[in-house]
Amino acid sequence: MTKEIYSLILTLIPALPLLGFAVNITLGRKFIRDKAHFIGITMVLASWILALIAFREVYHGNIFDGDLYTWISSGGFVVSVGFLVDQLTAVMLIVVTTVSLLVHIYSVGYMHGEAGFYRFFAYLNLFTFSMLMLIMGNNFLQLYFGWEAVGLCSYFLIGYYYEKKSASDAGKKAFIVNRFGDFGFGLGVILIFLTLGTLNYADAFSNADILVGQSINVLGNNMTMPTLIALLLFCGAVGKSAQLPLHVWLPDAMEGPTPVSALIHAATMVTAGVFMVARCAPIFNLSPAAMSVVAVTGAVTALFAGTIALVQRDIKRIIAYSTVSQLGYMVLACGVGAYSAGIFHLFTHAFFKALLFLGAGSVMHAMGGELDIFKMGGLKKYMPVTYWTFLLASFSIAGFPLMAGFFSKDEILWLAFASGTSVGKFVWVLGVITALLTAFYSFRIVFLTFHGEFRGTDDQKHHLHESPLTMTVPLVLLAIGAVGAGWFGIPGHSAFGHFMEPLLGKPEVHASHAAEYGLMALAFVLFAAGYLGAKHLYLKRLDIPKKLSENYSIIYDLLWNKYFVDEIYNALVIRPTLWVANSVIVGITDGRIIEGIVNGVPKGIGRTGGILRKLQGGKTHSYGAFMGYAFLFLLAIVFIWY
Amino acid sequence: MTLSQFFFFYNAIVIISTALLMVTRKSPVHSVIFMLIMFFHVAGLYLFLNAEFVAALQVIVYAGAILVLFLFVIFLLNLKVDRLERQSIANWPTAAVLSVAMFTVIAMATSGMQVGPGKYSIESLNRSFGIEGSSHIKAVGVLLYTKYIFPFEAASLILLVAMIGAIVLAKKSR
Amino acid sequence: MVPLDWYIWLASALFCIGVFGFLSRRNIIIMLMSIELMLNAVNISLVAFSHYMNDIRGHIMVFFIITVAAAEAAIGLAIIIAMFRNNDTTNVDEMTELKG
Repeated sequence: MTKEIYSLILTLIPALPLLGFAVNITLGRKFIRDKAHFIGITMVLASWILALIAFREVYHGNIFDGDLYTWISSGGFVVSVGFLVDQLTAVMLIVVTTVSLLVHIYSVGYMHGEAGFYRFFAYLNLFTFSMLMLIMGNNFLQLYFGWEAVGLCSYFLIGYYYEKKSASDAGKKAFIVNRFGDFGFGLGVILIFLTLGTLNYADAFSNADILVGQSINVLGNNMTMPTLIALLLFCGAVGKSAQLPLHVWLPDAMEGPTPVSALIHAATMVTAGVFMVARCAPIFNLSPAAMSVVAVTGAVTALFAGTIALVQRDIKRIIAYSTVSQLGYMVLACGVGAYSAGIFHLFTHAFFKALLFLGAGSVMHAMGGELDIFKMGGLKKYMPVTYWTFLLASFSIAGFPLMAGFFSKDEILWLAFASGTSVGKFVWVLGVITALLTAFYSFRIVFLTFHGEFRGTDDQKHHLHESPLTMTVPLVLLAIGAVGAGWFGIPGHSAFGHFMEPLLGKPEVHASHAAEYGLMALAFVLFAAGYLGAKHLYLKRLDIPKKLSENYSIIYDLLWNKYFVDEIYNALVIRPTLWVANSVIVGITDGRIIEGIVNGVPKGIGRTGGILRKLQGGKTHSYGAFMGYAFLFLLAIVFIWY
Repeated sequence: MTLSQFFFFYNAIVIISTALLMVTRKSPVHSVIFMLIMFFHVAGLYLFLNAEFVAALQVIVYAGAILVLFLFVIFLLNLKVDRLERQSIANWPTAAVLSVAMFTVIAMATSGMQVGPGKYSIESLNRSFGIEGSSHIKAVGVLLYTKYIFPFEAASLILLVAMIGAIVLAKKSR
Repeated sequence: MVPLDWYIWLASALFCIGVFGFLSRRNIIIMLMSIELMLNAVNISLVAFSHYMNDIRGHIMVFFIITVAAAEAAIGLAIIIAMFRNNDTTNVDEMTELKG
């Protein structure tokens, strides 16, 4: 097809959801109300079809890099709105539009009867637009725009039940914590402009070599320019992809409706960080130091979150920590140079994580909003479709052979082991331990929720039912993806890797093939250990977990309280900031200085007026005298001067 | 001393003295009479400055209209003169000092001035407008009706306003 | 030949007498007359200047000054009549209501 038509198609992909947002948000309250899903779904469906067309184009080698129109043109600073649709963008397009479409369909059933039905679909459309702008952009400013916009939509959607204080607090927390990361990210973008002179990807990356050899003095340490830029950009990824130390917002984000968690906090928004690192691979590749930081951060995050997930009771929270953990894997992969593997894991993770969330939503729907898995049990006979899809997703994430998660996770661990970088083996060890934990806690959920005896109230038992078709059909479709998506990346004949190779390159391998198969076997052993362990503890002998939590209460408390990270942040960051805000800013700047000026100026004017008005005494002679004296004075001045 | 100087001195002395008397009389009617005498002598001064028209204007308007207006108002208000009441304010020495100072400054500032001929002399007007004979009133008329026609019409409006205003303000309200 | 300076001195003396009269009298009618005195002083100086500069425009100005003085005297006296009706006095010290 011609470039114009293709360009139009690409413009429509984000434009249609934006239109859907505009229509729903303006007309939704009065006119559309509970028919809002027609507009929302139609727009995303159209985007999905166009995304498939775009993918086909890229598959045939037609990379699109063009500007739509010049946005800013100020001296030497020129930024345009444009699209770069290459292999990475194409994969992300598929992920974003597919999951978005399925979540939209799911929401019809899940959000049925809500007062803000139209608002939900409007924000979902806006989010889809923002995410698409993020991944389709061809310059850093558009990336930043999409970045902030998805953060904003996340705030809207997490705080969707805005009347609930915990929900609005969670929305604020997400936005503010993200701002920390975005600050560094913004600095990185500015630095890119200062050193490379352009914000366009193609121009920046092709000139990236000039950064080598430049170094800069930061707080007394000499740092190479690529390292600094890469680390600053990574700050954004730490915030957006919920890595340590900015992971705290993601578990709280579960206050939002479950479809939101599935779309934003599993498949799309949180993966923006990983996408960005992969997109900026040319810069990261120039700095081994930064890549080590990235890899270690990812691995530590993965392990950290995995341990917390072991003891949580809230089903959505466990899945949230699982997401943080899996994001750690993706970041780890990018850190050891295996960008393609990281994106592959992003691809498979989108399917099984969204499925896990939507399944959890289905369970909550049936249980009337109950979240504690210890109050569930034996649901598999009431909700078969939910049970089987959830089970498939759990097998996938735990790394059961031949399922999607197995291939992608295994690829990452193998490439970490074989990468030959200084931290490769270290992060591999952490990743292996995390894999064991992943299998364990995933099946913990399965056994506690769906197997065994029902531990809830009788009232809940009467209401147990399978979810409507609008909710179960997306589950099934996602399950197909969760199982089948892995086949794109079979080791040795990876279609996915082959597809991404022109862009992301092939990572170095410093180990033998035998080691690869050995690691695969190890992966299976880990899976089995996790599965059997969970089965024993949570299906057969429920007293053991209780005794363990009492005997090792220190560890249990530490894990249950999420390592007290929130409390530490509260004490170290939040309280001092609030103190400064209240006493300094409100007290001094606002209270004394600004109030002083705002109140003082009128008072001063009043006082001056009070003094000046005494000049007018009402006596004509005094006026005349004033005039006379003034005239004399002026005359004298003129006389003396000239 | 020449004749013109003599006439100047005569007019000047009468003007100054009647002015001083005018501002110090207790009875307003006396002040008005002295003002009348002063106006006539100012008109005389104008005559010696080749300004016949302005002199006539002075007598007709000032002496004939404004002064009579003052007189009418004084009669209308039926001002009784109270012999015991002070007619000047307590602070009149200050005013005297101020006025003397003013006079000194002005006199010092403006003495020794050299002036040159301007381009609107009677002769030049004759030349540009081709008026036969040179009389003051013709010259004034020519300039007034050509270059200064707008202020002229505006002045008529001012007089209209004054008329209406005076009637409205002084009307006896029922 | 009468020098210009004499006319200027005469005019300024007349003006200062007018100022003195304005500032020292209590009767408002006398104050108005002092204002007329000041206007006349200005007229004298204008005519003198126009004579010595051979410029007819001084007379034009005098014409307008006389006109405006007439109008102003009329209005001023009308106001005095109105005020006299309220306060029954021409003493300007007793008309002090417009004070700040």
